[in-house]
Amino acid sequence: MSHLSIASLSFSPGIQKNKLLCKGNWTLTGINKKALTRAFMAFLAGIENDTRKNEDQHRNNRENIFPLILDASAITAMDTSGAWQLYQWINQLSQQGAQVSLRGLSEKYNVLFTDIQKTAKQLQTLPKRQEYQGLALFGKKIVDQLLETQSFLRFIGKIFINSLTIFPHPKQLRFSVLVSVIENTGFSALGIIALLSFMIGIVLTYQMGLQLKNYGASLFIIDLLGLSILREFAPLLTAIMVAGRSGSAFTAQLGMMKLKEEIDALNTMGVLPNQLLIFPRILGLTIALPLLTVWADIFGILGGMAMTHNMLHIGYIDFLYHFPKVVQLSSLLIGIGKAPVFALIIASIACFQGLRVKGGADSVGKQTTRSVVQAIFFIIVADALFSILFSTLDI
Amino acid sequence: MDVSDAVIKLDQVKISIADQWVHQGINFEVKRGEIVAIAGSSGSGKSTILREILLLLIPTSGTIEVFGQDINKLSPSGILSIQRRWGVLFQQSALFTSLTVLENIAFPLHEHTKLDKKTIKELALLKLLAVGLPLASAIKYPSELSGGMLKRAALARALIMDPELLLLDEPTAELDPQGAEAFDELLLNLRAILDLTILLVTHDLDTLWQTTDKVAFLSEGRVLAFAPIAQLTQSTEPAIRAYFQGRRGRATQQLYGKHHGI
Repeated sequence: MSHLSIASLSFSPGIQKNKLLCKGNWTLTGINKKALTRAFMAFLAGIENDTRKNEDQHRNNRENIFPLILDASAITAMDTSGAWQLYQWINQLSQQGAQVSLRGLSEKYNVLFTDIQKTAKQLQTLPKRQEYQGLALFGKKIVDQLLETQSFLRFIGKIFINSLTIFPHPKQLRFSVLVSVIENTGFSALGIIALLSFMIGIVLTYQMGLQLKNYGASLFIIDLLGLSILREFAPLLTAIMVAGRSGSAFTAQLGMMKLKEEIDALNTMGVLPNQLLIFPRILGLTIALPLLTVWADIFGILGGMAMTHNMLHIGYIDFLYHFPKVVQLSSLLIGIGKAPVFALIIASIACFQGLRVKGGADSVGKQTTRSVVQAIFFIIVADALFSILFSTLDI
Repeated sequence: MDVSDAVIKLDQVKISIADQWVHQGINFEVKRGEIVAIAGSSGSGKSTILREILLLLIPTSGTIEVFGQDINKLSPSGILSIQRRWGVLFQQSALFTSLTVLENIAFPLHEHTKLDKKTIKELALLKLLAVGLPLASAIKYPSELSGGMLKRAALARALIMDPELLLLDEPTAELDPQGAEAFDELLLNLRAILDLTILLVTHDLDTLWQTTDKVAFLSEGRVLAFAPIAQLTQSTEPAIRAYFQGRRGRATQQLYGKHHGI
């Protein structure tokens, strides 16, 4: 099979002007559709002119064109696209009432051509996918959101009931799964959390220190750092980091398990996926996140301390001496106390979204995005609520 | 352009995966217009051969020629020109889940040709109908189709460029008997119409009997026998006997053997 010759048409205006000779490779690579169509149009125009000249009535409809002959004997190669092109021409012309005959097609290609003819008869306009638009789309989104909320609440309820049955029978708690969850979400995040909080400490000191220095109140940096890091930054940033790190992992993992029918398999074996997969994840993260928050506290303060030493020239000893005097224990406890709530938000949303995966890889991506976005959103909402709560309680 | 009529030629192909010699010297060749099957028990490295030919795995030693060219020594553009000439059907169909069936089938045309959108759509629809899918499935997503329909859609995608070589990994594994039979017929038809060379990995004894010209029987990393199925079933080699002389093997042999003079 040669790829050199391209598909072309030739016709002689003199004798046999109704005959169109098809030559060359009528294949995907051989056909230049534009050139071919142009040649075909030229051929038709030529015939029309002739017909007008010959006939007195000046009829330019093609009904009276003498039978057309498509000579395919010089076609060296043909594939579906070539056969389809021929079929379309013949179809088009015969719909306009012309008599068209295809000649000289080699037996092999004739099989292909008749095959195309047969299949083409089944072609119809495609039905449209039902798609919502405008107000309907808006309505559908709201209904979907409500349904999602409803099933989330059902999910939470189910987990809660399942966990109640675990407490009287601690053996049902998958200890090894729990430990591996704590390791993956907590232990392996130590490095990145330490680095992150250290830098946040530096940034905070840098920004606040400059202002305090102007007022000659450099010593207050210790109050500010203690309060902001222990109370807000450490728990919030750790939670956001973990939502991105472990929340997405939970969703993607459970999602793939759902797709591969692993979750169905567990169900049929009488093992509750809630017990084996979901509960250890939620519990594990609830243990790991407060610990990570303490870790973040330490490194945040260290970062602040280093920067204070550098910029405001308050020594390490001074810093540590003043710190417990100006920062209340409640700040630390409030910070750590928020962490389990954040952990519950992250883990329950991540697991819920993971189990909602259906279809294919696309859905895994979509649910993972939803999981992380929702988790971070609700973490910040919860944080705001905490702030309001604590200020009314005067803590 | 190659002059020899061997479309695929494997010469002393060896590969070690995770410190294990999966292939210890594979030799066989597929000639133009042949339908060749790779058979052998599970884990004998059948799919690995396919993956090596498809350049998804690089053999540790030995050469693989496709269309007369050593694929492991080709430039990226050389590889591309070969990739346009073959169509591949994966075991799990491997349709893109984010595209509809029609978009999946049309994908190679969009990537590799300069055809206009209308023609591409028409050609894709023709292929969709040609593999026996209903028109309504065109706008569905892969997740909305059954296993058998997925296979057909994937076959349509493999065939859309009208390839000269078709590589199939267990094409009939998920099909119902009726579907599998139709698939066998489809393969024979395609070969007749498009001059197709087909290499398939299969366990399906019916497919082996009905469609193949030759079967490469794989065992312990080597091609134990490379012969037409009728000859293969008469082999005295223990591994081959065990494979073909089970109850299923004997049943299919009785059914088809007469035509092959056994």
